[in-house]
Parts: sequence; C-alpha cells; structure tokens
Amino acid sequence: MSTIREVDVHEITAAVKTMCITANYDLPADVYEALKQAQQTEESPVGVEVLGQLVENADIAARDRVPICQDTGFAVFFVELGQDVHLVGGDFEAAVNEGVRQGYGDGYLRKSVAEEPAYARRNTKDNTPAIIHTQVVPGAKVHITMMAKGGGAENMSSLNMLKPSQGWAGMSQAVVDTVSRAGSNPCPPVVIGVGIGGTIDMVTVLAKKALLRDIGSVHPDPRIAGMEGELLERINALGIGPQGLGGRTTALAVFIEEMPCHIASMPMAVNVQCHAQRHKSVEL
Amino acid sequence: MAAKKITTPLTDDVVRDLKAGDAVEITGVIYQARDSAHKRLVALIEAGEELPFELQGAVVYYMGPSPAKPGRPIGSAGPTTSGRMDAYAPLLMKHGLKGMIGKGLRTAEVKQAMVDETAVYFAATGGAGALLAQRITGNEVIAWPELGAEAVARLEVVNFPAIVVNDCHGGDLYEEGRKKYAREA
Repeated sequence: MSTIREVDVHEITAAVKTMCITANYDLPADVYEALKQAQQTEESPVGVEVLGQLVENADIAARDRVPICQDTGFAVFFVELGQDVHLVGGDFEAAVNEGVRQGYGDGYLRKSVAEEPAYARRNTKDNTPAIIHTQVVPGAKVHITMMAKGGGAENMSSLNMLKPSQGWAGMSQAVVDTVSRAGSNPCPPVVIGVGIGGTIDMVTVLAKKALLRDIGSVHPDPRIAGMEGELLERINALGIGPQGLGGRTTALAVFIEEMPCHIASMPMAVNVQCHAQRHKSVEL
Repeated sequence: MAAKKITTPLTDDVVRDLKAGDAVEITGVIYQARDSAHKRLVALIEAGEELPFELQGAVVYYMGPSPAKPGRPIGSAGPTTSGRMDAYAPLLMKHGLKGMIGKGLRTAEVKQAMVDETAVYFAATGGAGALLAQRITGNEVIAWPELGAEAVARLEVVNFPAIVVNDCHGGDLYEEGRKKYAREA
C-alpha cells in the first residue's frame, strides 16, 4: 500500500505566485534561441529588424524584471495531481487563484480578466479566475505548469468540426487557413498548437497542451513529426513573416497532440500562440 | 533601415510624405486609447461634447500598459490588435485624427478613411512591450482612470519606432510584404 503524502496548499500558492512572475519576465530559452536562429534565416530586412527587437526586448525584460509583453495573459494551469497526495490547509483552486492574485499584484502584471463578458465586462482587478485543468495521475507529486496566454493570439484560434472524409488533406488545409486568416494579428512569428480528435472540449485542451512542447523538440511518433514538419513548411510559405510585415518566419513551430475520436467525427482545434510563448513548471 | 523622424501633432504634409514600408521614429505627444476608451470617445463626438484631448493632428496608440514599477513612467507598453478599434476609427479620422499606432489588419472602411481624411496607420512591434516602454518618457492619465489599463493617457515619446503599414495613398505593407515573400509550398 502506498503512503499518503500531505502537501499544504500554501506551498501551491507560493509556487503559483512565483511562476506567474517569472513566466512573464523570462522568455523560455527555447523560444529565445528560435528567435535568434530566425534572425539568421529571415530574408526580409524588416523581418530581421523585428526579430532583433524581439531578442532585445527579451533581454530588457529579463534584466529589468519587467513583463516581456504588456498583455500578461489569462493564467492557465495544467495540474497533474498524484493520487497519493492529500492536499491540506485549504481549498486547492482557491490556493491557485490566491497565487495568481499575489503574482499579478506583486509582479506589476496587467490584470486582463473581465467578468460578465456579454455586458458589463468589468475587470476583476486581480486577474482571477485562473483556468485550471487538473488530471489525477499515479504517484505522490503535484506537477503544475502555468501558461500566460495573451488575448490577441487566442482570438485567432479556431475549432473545426470536420468530416472524416476530409482526411489529413482537409485538416491540414484548415490549419493553414487559420494562420493565413490571422495574418499579422496574433504577433507572428507564432507557435501553432493543433489538437486532433476527442470531443469539442477535449480537442481545444489538446491544442493548448501541444503549446507546452519545447521548440526544436521532435514528436516521438514519426508520423506526427512528419505532419508537423509539413504544416510548418506550408505556414512559412504564406509570406506573412515577423509581425505580418512580410517574410519567411511566420511560425517558429507546429505541435500536434492527438487522441481517438467518435466514428462520426473529426474534431480539430488550432490554438495560436504569439512569439511570447510564456510558461513555467514546478513539481511539489 | 534609416528611419524617418517625425513629430506630433501630424500635419497633412507629413502624412502625405509617409509610404507603406517606411520606418519612422515618432517624437512628441501621443494618446493611449483602446477598446473602452474608443467607445466613450465616439459617444462624446456623437453627443457633440468636448473630447479629453485635441483630436486635430493627433496620433492614438492602441495600447493598455502593464502597471509601472516604482520610478518608471510606465510598465510594458506594446501595441494591441487594432482591428477591435475599426468600428470607431473612421469617425475619429473625420474629426481630425491623423495617426494610429497598433498591430494587425484593418478593414477596407478604415483604409478608405485614411485615404479620404489623409491619415496613416503605423505598426509597432507587438510583444516588444519592454523595449517600447523605454521610448516613453512621460505618462499622464487624462480621462477615465476607472478603466485602468484602458484609460486615456497622454504619453510623451522620444524616437518611438514604428513602420508605416497603411498610407494615405492606399499603400498596404501587410498585403505587399506578404505577396513579396509568399511561395508555393
């Protein structure tokens, strides 16, 4: 019989607070390297200039401890909760939200959440509520990933309930069309998360989870790795370029996550992520 | 790229001289305004009431900053997506607005209004908020502080970098740039 491990939710609050701040100040190394790499390969002079600004911007943010972008995002969490963990000291989701409140307050991050979206659109003033996806897994650890998801790129995302007969050809065209329509809006170079399968709720979660992969990582399934490579090539042939001003670097990466779906369905979601791909993880 | 130095308020002559693809550095006063502020500005114009700033020759920056750290004039301050202000922009141009700074695509109506009213649309680099904040030397909220990051602020900028996307002659860098670099996949 496994031993139950106690984790105090105050630890979770502290970890969430730190992740909110560092995710917004420190661009992940893989993204930084991808931007530097693109500076070498981009053919458009304006594009090279823009990529240079983005690298310099990341340097300033890290050095001065200020946000990379003023849109410090909706706070999205992916939690893997070990089934041998007993959470003590308070309500788990309240603890995560308290961490967001503290992080966005003490970190001088922008509060970008509005309540009563259809009418009042009142700012909740502390960037809560967070979006929390929790999965129960074997073990006695709590693994938390925080993603700061900006609004401009999120708005360009798409959900596509395709017909099985459309196959990969229809699906890949829908991904390329989504990026093409978005043009300059989502702050290219973008990272594209594609979810395939499941149901309308799960396919969008898959697309978002796909964005957590490191740029440069290769999908372990060679079939999916091939699909990702094909999409990246087609997207970068669109000519949109850095900030949509024309160029070869429209996307830095395309990541796909898939799962089985209903025999009648072929759901596909595209989650568009700006170049400020901000996420942090912690294990408690 | 050699940038054209321009100062605000903008005159028609300065606007006419700007072409899609030009890099500029803007110095002077610009006004921060995004979604909620635009809704209110247009309501004031429609009611025939006075605006919180002089619109003639003005440049608006579609931006909502992060909070300023102590000792700094402003937090991170990059552009937001301009398309959300498309519903309001033509009326503001009709009343003297000469420049808009943001990022992303504009509608045909907005582009036509730029031609008709001699106005210009600049893109600043989205997601370069820490860098752009260094070119903002003064920041004073002049209307609707209750809107927080969406309030109207008078910003003093020095050599603020931007690129002309839509000029008053119908030029469109988003279209031209994309066409230039598109290829068969």
